[in-house]
Amino acid sequence: MKPARFEFVRARSLGEVATILRQASGSAKVIAGGQSLGPMLNLRLVRPSILVDITPIPELTRIEEDADGLVIGACITTSDIEDGRVRVDGLPILATVAAGIAYRAVRNRGTIGGSICHADPAGDWSPVLCALGAECIVTDGRQARRLPLEQFVASAFEVRLEAAELLQAIRIPRPSRSARCAYYKVCRKAGEFALASGAVLLDRERERFRAVIGATQGRPIVIDDARRLLGAVPQPGTPARLHEGATNELLQGAGLPLNGRLHATALARAAAQAMA
Amino acid sequence: MQSVQLTVNGVSTLESVEPRLNLADLLRERLGLTGTHLRCEQGACGACTLLIDGQPARSCITYAVLCEGAQITTIEGLEDDPVMVALRRAFTAEHGLQCGFCTPGMLITARDIVTRLPDADERRIRLELSGNLCRCTGYVGIVRAVRRVLEEHRAGHFVVAPSERRKLGPVGSGHAGLAAGDMPVSMAVPMGGDTPGTYGEVKLGLAGKKPNIEIRQSFVIARPQTRELR
Repeated sequence: MKPARFEFVRARSLGEVATILRQASGSAKVIAGGQSLGPMLNLRLVRPSILVDITPIPELTRIEEDADGLVIGACITTSDIEDGRVRVDGLPILATVAAGIAYRAVRNRGTIGGSICHADPAGDWSPVLCALGAECIVTDGRQARRLPLEQFVASAFEVRLEAAELLQAIRIPRPSRSARCAYYKVCRKAGEFALASGAVLLDRERERFRAVIGATQGRPIVIDDARRLLGAVPQPGTPARLHEGATNELLQGAGLPLNGRLHATALARAAAQAMA
Repeated sequence: MQSVQLTVNGVSTLESVEPRLNLADLLRERLGLTGTHLRCEQGACGACTLLIDGQPARSCITYAVLCEGAQITTIEGLEDDPVMVALRRAFTAEHGLQCGFCTPGMLITARDIVTRLPDADERRIRLELSGNLCRCTGYVGIVRAVRRVLEEHRAGHFVVAPSERRKLGPVGSGHAGLAAGDMPVSMAVPMGGDTPGTYGEVKLGLAGKKPNIEIRQSFVIARPQTRELR
């Protein structure tokens, strides 16, 4: 199908985006690679009056690295990460996840910020970045604010952005060298959106044990202390077995198909990979 | 309407488009480059896959206006490309196509496999082809064809030009804002004249490129509006 009519503007600075968004008062949509928004427009599931191209803005393809983490600009593509054009030292999980997102032709244009803002619960970036404790850097052109990704995602296809705000970058804290992170998605065909997904971070040095269940009916389910699911101190080499009672409790009422069994399996497999 | 400058198969073109026009429709409807096929229009089937800045991308969910200043290469522009010559031969030999609808997209993806992943095994080939749907062949012939060309490549039968990408961000995007000196030359086809009832002739396809087939259409211009013909 073809999209409904829209106007098009190209923003050259963060301030310009904010001005356009403010003036459009909710009827504008930001576009970068368009690999999530494109299908939504073509299917007429969204009908913005204005589309704002943000790809000319230099800040959005910027990478900053410090001792504690990595800041990835919102317009960095999945294939930039897959190919290592963006150096992700200490975070090899990012390239692994990137390679499993959709298809190469989509990854060449699809951006990390776009995927997060689209907020499809079945998307891959949100669960894995939530497990890593990533934060969103949001700007209104004048000042930036930070909030944890799990708070940024409000519900299915909804994020906490004010009318004139834009996701500028994602900050990913670098886990310790011995940390293990894994992601597992259940899908019937390579590259598909997940039917269920699980992400696990085991960082004993920093005492961070996080688990995330993705492809839910809304926001990812984040378990800040995964020890209640995985046992006291998860040891590498031990078989990962989810605590059944705690898992059931977690998945109950989440409205997931098959009572969340597929999601429990995805999480267990991610845990097994992280502990292998 | 929005003006957009693109380089299509090496030829610079300036088009005035509705922002909602996707790249595939621009190529097919305006430039007569019908080798790029459109089916699902949601990025799933892969029929519309072509090269943007030398990298495969979906032209159905990429609007033309997003590609200001980009280099577009369609299947027509790869006629003499050594990898594509080998792939076409292999697709024929291995029964890699039947109806041909998915073939342009398949060939573009296959070319990406050969150039980017010269050591790919069958599993990897299948994984990389998962974004291109074929409803005729069952993929067996396609996978065999790609394997054959990879083997030819390893045996040194042809040379692959590297297409390494350095720039970050979506392929095709972010070129806007080039200096004014980079303004393109329009490739508008000269028309007969602007008076009503003039006979016109328009050559479909891209000027300066040898098309696979050449179609010439003669017609009477009912109204003196050159732009209606383009």
